[in-house]
Amino acid sequence: MPDNSSATPAGLIAQANDQVIQHWFDGRPSLIDVQRAGDVIPELQPHVMLHAGPPLTWDIMCGPMQGAVCGAAVFEGWADDLAAAAGMAARGEFTFVPNHHHRAVGPMTGITTMNQAVLIVENTTFGNRAFCTINEGLGKVMRFGGNDAGVRRRLAWLRDEFGPLLGKALRAGEGIVLKDIIARGLSMGDEMHQRNVACSSLFLRQIAGRMAACDAAPEALSASLNFIAGNDQFFLNLAMATGKALTDPAKHIKNSAIVTAMARNGTEFGIQVSGTGNRWFTAPVEMPQGLYFTGFTEADANPDMGDSTIVETIGLGGFAMAAAPAVAGFVGAGSAADALNYTRDMTEITWASNPEWSIPALDYQGVPTGIDIRYVVETGILPIINTGIAHREPGIGQVGAGIVSPPMACFTQALKALADSVAA
Amino acid sequence: MSMLANRIKRSFYLDSVALMRLSRELSDLSGIDDAALMMASETNKEILAAANMLDDAGRQAAANDLIIAVRGQQQASLVRALAQAETRLTAPKAANTGTTVKHRPRSVRGALKTNEHLNLALISVPGSYAAAEARKALRSGLNAMVFSDNVSIEQEIALKQEAAARDLLVMGPDCGTAIIDGVPLAFANKVPRGSIGIIGASGTGIQEVSCLIAHWGGGVSHAIGTGGRDLNDRVGGTTTHQALDRLQRDPATKTIVIISKPPGSTVAGSLVQRLHSIDKPIVLCFLGMPAMDVLPAHCQQAATLEEAALLALKTDGIAGQQPDAMHVDGQIMGLFAGGTLCAEAQFVLLEAGLSVASNAPIERATAWQPGGNHQAHSLIDLGADEFTAGRPHPMIEPYVRHDPLLAALNDPEIGIILLDCVLGYGSHQDPAGAIAETIKAGPETQPLIIASVTGTDADPQNAQKQAETLRSMGVLVAGSNAQAARLAVACHQ
Repeated sequence: MPDNSSATPAGLIAQANDQVIQHWFDGRPSLIDVQRAGDVIPELQPHVMLHAGPPLTWDIMCGPMQGAVCGAAVFEGWADDLAAAAGMAARGEFTFVPNHHHRAVGPMTGITTMNQAVLIVENTTFGNRAFCTINEGLGKVMRFGGNDAGVRRRLAWLRDEFGPLLGKALRAGEGIVLKDIIARGLSMGDEMHQRNVACSSLFLRQIAGRMAACDAAPEALSASLNFIAGNDQFFLNLAMATGKALTDPAKHIKNSAIVTAMARNGTEFGIQVSGTGNRWFTAPVEMPQGLYFTGFTEADANPDMGDSTIVETIGLGGFAMAAAPAVAGFVGAGSAADALNYTRDMTEITWASNPEWSIPALDYQGVPTGIDIRYVVETGILPIINTGIAHREPGIGQVGAGIVSPPMACFTQALKALADSVAA
Repeated sequence: MSMLANRIKRSFYLDSVALMRLSRELSDLSGIDDAALMMASETNKEILAAANMLDDAGRQAAANDLIIAVRGQQQASLVRALAQAETRLTAPKAANTGTTVKHRPRSVRGALKTNEHLNLALISVPGSYAAAEARKALRSGLNAMVFSDNVSIEQEIALKQEAAARDLLVMGPDCGTAIIDGVPLAFANKVPRGSIGIIGASGTGIQEVSCLIAHWGGGVSHAIGTGGRDLNDRVGGTTTHQALDRLQRDPATKTIVIISKPPGSTVAGSLVQRLHSIDKPIVLCFLGMPAMDVLPAHCQQAATLEEAALLALKTDGIAGQQPDAMHVDGQIMGLFAGGTLCAEAQFVLLEAGLSVASNAPIERATAWQPGGNHQAHSLIDLGADEFTAGRPHPMIEPYVRHDPLLAALNDPEIGIILLDCVLGYGSHQDPAGAIAETIKAGPETQPLIIASVTGTDADPQNAQKQAETLRSMGVLVAGSNAQAARLAVACHQ
């Protein structure tokens, strides 16, 4: 048996890791409401924008991130048009803060401003809340840097019609327990990053009747239900908020080597580790490998971006690839055996497996959970992340999807810092 | 001007990732500029239209239909691409080729997760990392075989003490050979299971003894490697003592053979003390060491590896045949891949009263210098550090022996060349063939070449076939390394 006596650094880390994992297993995230972001995140004042990944400034933002910033500024009415918004950003008139700093997460660009609707997920065990915008669907969307009038109209509709209706339906009863939906989704071929079709459908099954009971106008109800039904990735943002709600209570467990956040801002990849609290360890992001929509190639691709890696952080996405063999098709031979191997590889760098979330194709083994930075550095095995790929220019949107890993430098820096803090 | 074709498959669903893969495959066909397969949802139709890949047929498709869109220069190319799409959609290509491989754990930790009953780790990493990996193995409850060399003696001592405290074995460092429960590890031969347990500080020593035991009808229970320094006074014989305990307890082991260079004096004393408490017959083979006078009655000392095998078998009747006398002028040059085989040959020559020089001299032999004189017979260990720095070991890459062997073949001062040919798992697939290649490249008139094959017919290389290859080149093949050396002595005198 491994030597985990408390007297050794390894023993201290083992105990702390166990605590982190126990927090995650004990957590019960539920979707309880939808509100205007500015009403629930007090820091969201005019000219404040939350973004994906670790902190960054306008001058080093990638194209789609700048595109989303401009789109959001026009959407909020802070700028008359996209060009004016870019000028304001360049003059430093906006404050940029990571979503992660304010209990939020956002896919791809992750731009969150005060007048967008956000999902509210409460971890009822610990009482903390996490926020995430509503998934806009495919095509030109703000999370991929889309910013035209259509994109802005959809955001307004989510805020004015869809959000209030969903929120009312949620407030009228118990919250929707998200871990249970994920557990079933895993047995139906979802891994909750690239593939959310089962969970989106399961969610719709639970919410449809409740939305219908809200006395909404038939057109609004129909449009809202069709919006969920027409978006295979609707549940992604719920899975992300689930991840944020689970990880936040375990963010400051001294000595733990477990990663509590992985996030990319399109320029840098950042990780946080429980034993080192809110400190970001960053390095330049990588380019995803994958498949492209017709008309696009690797030359169009933007580097890795988004807070959605919170799902890998809790053992889903690339870590649960065995549940979703099709997703392995983005790279390599793409066989079902490859999908199993991705998940098996992740068992080498994780502290535990999650019995709540099991994978039928692996004889109901739990998903590998809790990335231990020591194992990443020791084995050289990097986390596997399933990701969408944005166009490198602002305003175009998603061009493909694929697989990517964090840069090793994030983990080596974090390990040195953890070693100092464990020794201290 | 390129042409576009859309074909619609009504109510046909396929996963979007599979469709994207197929799109890429069709795009790569000659004459095809672009291809896209998509379910005909409104969003997807917008994407196709934006890429100029949607025609009237596609526009008519319903959400549950599949659109196959191809663009190319000629009608024939489009027809071919559409046909290929049909073929792939009806009969998907099996994915179990190419990169699809069985999962292999990439760390000791990962391996333990696949099977909690694992109890041994074979560590073969650059020496500076070997001790750390061995320690991880020990702390996970695994015995460790450390194949790596360049591990410091301080690290070896620390590892062996930690292992002993956990009742685990560290075989090595620089442990080339072990056979545990019939499983050959690193360089080892396919020998039958049997009643003789071997404890060896030397890889080729274990290989020669175990192969001779197999040749003569015996078998091996376990062969436990200790690493070349275990019987050094500083290391103190920790692994040898543990191995003795285990073989003493092992009901399958009836006889124990211990093979090593001569032990340090302190270790020799404590080892002899220990042998008193072992109730199984013991054969000691400390190559180059004079007869020990204080051995317990159930212990015998063998002068050569061959004698160790014979004594262990208690089969005096099968003693090696003395070769017929034959006179050859000139010096003996031995070129060995196995260090212990080189040591054994030195011992045989020294016992016969010949003077011997070696780069790895045993007691009474002198140090050999490259390009030195021929006052003494030269027996060279080609696996020694000065030959292997930056190059593979001659057991893995027999071409290492090509240049020195060719030089010896062309050297008029040399009358007899002595070679070994070590088979088994881990060794080169055809070492005899490599020797034959060099002989072919040599002059017409050549020195007498005597060799032995360390291996069994069950080895991947097949000892009999290897011997035939050597004989076909005029090489005298002896029954053991010691016999080969005795044959060289007999021919020389």
